[in-house]
Amino acid sequence: MPVYQLDVTTQRPQAARPGGPVAPRPVAPPAPAEEHAARRALRAQIARLERDLADTVIEAFGRDRVPHRVAARGRGPRLLSLGDLELLRDDLAEKLREARVEVAERGAEYADARALLERMLREPERHKYVRLSLQDLGESGCGVYQVRPRVGLIGMLAGWWHVKLSSGCPLPGG
Amino acid sequence: MVGRRRRDEEDGEPPRPELELDLHEGWIDHAVAAEFPELRLRWADVPSPPSRRTPPGLEQRLRVLSGRFAGPQAVAIRREPIPHAYRVFFRHIGLDPDTTRTPIEAVVVERLMDGGFKPQGHLRDAQRIALVETSVPVWAIDAAALDGPLGIRLARTGERLGEGEYAHDLEPGRLVVADAGPALGVLFGDLAPRAEPGAATRTLRLFTVQVAGVPEVHVEEALWQCAEALDAR
Repeated sequence: MPVYQLDVTTQRPQAARPGGPVAPRPVAPPAPAEEHAARRALRAQIARLERDLADTVIEAFGRDRVPHRVAARGRGPRLLSLGDLELLRDDLAEKLREARVEVAERGAEYADARALLERMLREPERHKYVRLSLQDLGESGCGVYQVRPRVGLIGMLAGWWHVKLSSGCPLPGG
Repeated sequence: MVGRRRRDEEDGEPPRPELELDLHEGWIDHAVAAEFPELRLRWADVPSPPSRRTPPGLEQRLRVLSGRFAGPQAVAIRREPIPHAYRVFFRHIGLDPDTTRTPIEAVVVERLMDGGFKPQGHLRDAQRIALVETSVPVWAIDAAALDGPLGIRLARTGERLGEGEYAHDLEPGRLVVADAGPALGVLFGDLAPRAEPGAATRTLRLFTVQVAGVPEVHVEEALWQCAEALDAR
C-alpha cells in the first residue's frame, strides 16, 4: 500500500508550552511561487489518490459496495485554493483508507469461506447441512454449496454425505 | 491548421470533395493557464447539418457503439487513461466526478439506462459518436452568436449566464467558456441560451477541452469524428 506523504507544510502558530516561550511566532503567508508549487504538488497527490480509489472500486466491483464518494466542496468548476486542495486530498486519502479496509475485511471473510468450503469438500460428514452461498465466497451468482446426504434417507442413515452446488438464480415470481 | 480527409462515398452518389477542417487554438486566461498549463481549448467551424434528423448511417453506427458497453465497462472506464484524466481534472476544479459525471462516463451511464444509444438528433448523435470513439467531449455553439475566438477564463463579478429573467448569476471565479463578450457557458456545464445551436444555425463552432493526460491526437480526432458525423447524409 503506497504511503502518501504530505510534502506541503502547513504552518501553524506554535502552541504555548508550560515553562516555555508563550509568544506565538507570526506566520508569514507563503510566497506566491511557493504556494503555486504547493498547489501543484497537491494536485499530483489528488491524481494519484483518484487513481488508487478507482482501482479499489473496480477491484471490488460486482462483489461489494465500497465507500468511494468524496463530495465536492462548493458548487461549479473553479480554481481551488491551497486550503481547498488540502481538504480534498485529505478527504480522498480518508475515503481510500476506508475503501481498502472494507475490501480487506471482505477479503478475509471470503478467505474464511473458501477454507470452510475446502473442509466441507474434504470431510462432508463433519459439516452436515452446512450451506455456503457463492456470494459468501465473493463470487457472482445465486448458487449455494450445501452438505447433503446421498440418496436421501438411506445416505443419511448410512453416513453418505456429499457437497452439492445448487444451480442458478430463482426464476422471477418464484 | 487546415486538415483534409476523404469523405465516405455512398453507392450511386457522385464523389464529393474532401472534407476540410480548420483547427484553431483557443485562448486560456493567464490565471487559469498558470494553474493548468496543459489545459487547452481547440475549436473548428463546420456547416450545420441541413436536417436535425439523424441519418440512417449514424443510427447504424450508434447501434454498433452500443455493443461496446455493459455494466462492468461503465465502472472500469474510470481507469482508462483519457476518462481518468478528465476525472482527475474534475477533482482539480472542485467537481465530484461521481455526482457531476465526466462526459464519457455520463454517456456510458445513459447507454446503460436506455439499453442503447438511441438517436437524439443529428448534432447530438455526432457529438456522442465523437465522445464514445475518443473519450473526448465535443460541444457545439452557434457560430453566428459569437464575438471572436473562444477561450476559458474566470467569471467576473456580476456576470450572468444568459439574458432576461431566466439568466442566472455566475459566481465570480467560476470557470467559463467565453468569447470577447459575456460567458457562453460554464466549463463542462450548461451553455448560455444565446450560444445554443437552433434551427436558424448555419455554422456550428465545435470545441473541445484538452486536459493534462489527454493526447493531442485524441482531441483532434474528436473534432474530426464529430465533423465527419455531421457531414454524413
